[in-house]
Amino acid sequence: MANPTAEKLSRDEYFYGHKACAGCGGALAVRAALKVLGQNAVSVLPAGCMSAVGFNFPQLCFSNNSIISTFAGTASMLTGIEAGLRAKGYSDFTAVGFAGDGGTADIGIQALSGAIDRNDNIIYICYDNEAYMNTGIQKSGLTPFGARTTTTPAGANIHGNLRPKKNMFEIAAAHDIPYAATASVGYLTDFIRKVEKASQIKGTKYIHVIAPCPTGWGIQPDETVEIAKEVVDCGLWYLAEYENGEFTLNHRPKDFSSVEAYLKKQGRFRHLDLDDIKTVIASRDKKWEFIGKNFTYR
Amino acid sequence: MKPYLREKKAFSFADVPENTSFEAGYLVTVNSGWRSIRPVIDTGRCVGCEQCYLYCPDGVISIQNGKAVIDYDFCKGCGICAKICRLGAIGTEAEHK
Amino acid sequence: MSKRFLSGNEAFAEGIRLAKPDVISAYPITPQTIVVERLSEMVEDGSLRSEFIHVESEHSALSCAIGASAAGARAFTATSSQGLLYMAECLYYASGGRFPIVMMNADRSTALPWNIYGDQRDSLSQLDSGWIQVYAENAQEALDLALMSWKIAEDKRVSTPVMVNLDGFVLTHTYETVEIPEQAQADRFLPPYVTENRIDFADPKNLAFSAGPDTNYIFKYKAHTGMLAAKQVVSETESAFAELFGRQYSGLLDSYRTEDADYILVTLGSIAGLCREAADRLREQGIRAGVVRIRYMRPFPNDEIAAALKHAKAFGVLEKDISFGNEGTVYTNVNSALQKAGVQLPGYDFIGGLGGRNISAGDIAQIFADIQSGTEHVTFIGIGGDGNGKSNG
Repeated sequence: MANPTAEKLSRDEYFYGHKACAGCGGALAVRAALKVLGQNAVSVLPAGCMSAVGFNFPQLCFSNNSIISTFAGTASMLTGIEAGLRAKGYSDFTAVGFAGDGGTADIGIQALSGAIDRNDNIIYICYDNEAYMNTGIQKSGLTPFGARTTTTPAGANIHGNLRPKKNMFEIAAAHDIPYAATASVGYLTDFIRKVEKASQIKGTKYIHVIAPCPTGWGIQPDETVEIAKEVVDCGLWYLAEYENGEFTLNHRPKDFSSVEAYLKKQGRFRHLDLDDIKTVIASRDKKWEFIGKNFTYR
Repeated sequence: MKPYLREKKAFSFADVPENTSFEAGYLVTVNSGWRSIRPVIDTGRCVGCEQCYLYCPDGVISIQNGKAVIDYDFCKGCGICAKICRLGAIGTEAEHK
Repeated sequence: MSKRFLSGNEAFAEGIRLAKPDVISAYPITPQTIVVERLSEMVEDGSLRSEFIHVESEHSALSCAIGASAAGARAFTATSSQGLLYMAECLYYASGGRFPIVMMNADRSTALPWNIYGDQRDSLSQLDSGWIQVYAENAQEALDLALMSWKIAEDKRVSTPVMVNLDGFVLTHTYETVEIPEQAQADRFLPPYVTENRIDFADPKNLAFSAGPDTNYIFKYKAHTGMLAAKQVVSETESAFAELFGRQYSGLLDSYRTEDADYILVTLGSIAGLCREAADRLREQGIRAGVVRIRYMRPFPNDEIAAALKHAKAFGVLEKDISFGNEGTVYTNVNSALQKAGVQLPGYDFIGGLGGRNISAGDIAQIFADIQSGTEHVTFIGIGGDGNGKSNG
């Protein structure tokens, strides 16, 4: 029985035997993207979960050329690799980076901005698990409002993280980048289509994929995919693209599923009270109002 | 093609490279010891739709002769495959160690 | 061969043009800017076929160069002072990965207080970063080092990045006549970079990986021995250079009238010329003075230092550095070389030129007088008052 998405992918496995936690959304994102890009992908991974679990000499879990960059240096190393390979006469390759939310929105944002500014011919994929998971669940610039992390503990006075997620997708778009997209591993076919599309565009491409972390989110390992779908269905994340100066919405839930149900499934949000949940819903509605005005649904 | 298991050995002084570059896809340990549950394919129900293959974070499921097959050396027992299967063709058993 | 009147920065840029790096990534900082401006012009006019990457920071400058080197390309960057410190993480990364990148550093003071002028506290703070460090005295040596440094860095026995240091302003902005080798000869001297430490589509690699306690120390040991191998490779490279271009350099250090000297001043960089003049004047007065100019701070010329100083009565170190709470780092290194060789003689550390403060002929004459008479262990040139600028470090 043919699976049209599977048919598009390489049968080879490029990220295999790694030590990511069971049910890791980040590992799924990296695996799927590399199966789109194939053997001539050169992957750059900064210090973070995916490099920590994939590159412990002599256990080296990438079958394509792959390299760890400095934490802040995903984009700048991609630039160097792309320029270096081109200078050495190679043209048939894809330089792709896989950085987490902290590596992208916090410590790596300067280098990423520089690469987009130069329009270097690279794909930058942010696998967003919404906290510094590799160091043990600390708040990043992409940790959502209300989430309990080890540096935003939930107590009687403060209910976890007080700030909303930084809007990396629109920050990338504001550079007038050739292509930017949001995705979720819960909608894998959509993510795969976007990686494929990015691979055919020249210049800088940015894809922001939600990749749940069972350990950090307080869910069971087998819930990764459904929670990544639910975050889209309840409207707290959205599937969109930016191209030629325009925003496109790829998926519009007819009715949002319950935000409360989404939150209460996760240990990191279990402490939230009704007022907190109202705040989350109000912020979601404001976002969708913006999307309604500025994004075209196709 | 995928990374594959090599003979486990101690890396002596001479085996350690001069620089930080080494053969891609070189595995010396398995992940089977991580499992507390073991996904089992019911080949009678499996139609080879490949949803489990697509969504496996570890890439340990392949389709052989139209049926899903799990590489138990590297399966961590996360259970995503069992949940994603709409036909109920993947069950889970407690792992006996 | 042609002759041109060039500043240190411009001479260095000419050397880089001859070396033909595949990728240049750099971020501007005074007093390095002229190097990257000249290189940009060379790329624009087509006389240099490099990918010039306008990075947004020094961290990215070196991170990008590491990426290029991992692609098998010859990569160059240049920086100074705050920029060097900002990229410090990548210094260790480049040397640990054995990527033979060449960098020019315009030696400049480090904030605070802010100051754009020359001292050597920037590069000397990075002696442990695993880079070969060489200090040029003049523009010709700078140009020649731009060529030689690649040959040393890329030698299979070495595979270690090289930092070529030019004193900010005093050398980077001072003009002199330099000889520029012909490209054909430069090509003979420096063939294209070939390495296995690279992305390889026929035989894929995982690079810049982690290594646990069971092997990590072996990687570090190999980096150490690679650096030590540079001693021999510097010597071979200078011989090959002399054969082609007619200029012979003196290895890890440059000794001047030290054979019979009673009093020797050890220093590095562009101040050495003034020190040699001071030694000549003392010789005219019957005082046997000599000068050692350290060229390579890493690998450190332990044996050569001991050999040069062992018959002296006393020595001094004149350096543009202070390790607060101790002494200048050059002194620490020189003293260690002497201790290892069992050479016992009084030594004094003179700290000068910080933040670009001029070191005069009079200052150097006083230093030689202090070496002869004996003085405090550490002296800050120019500090008067009760302590007279002397402190027991």
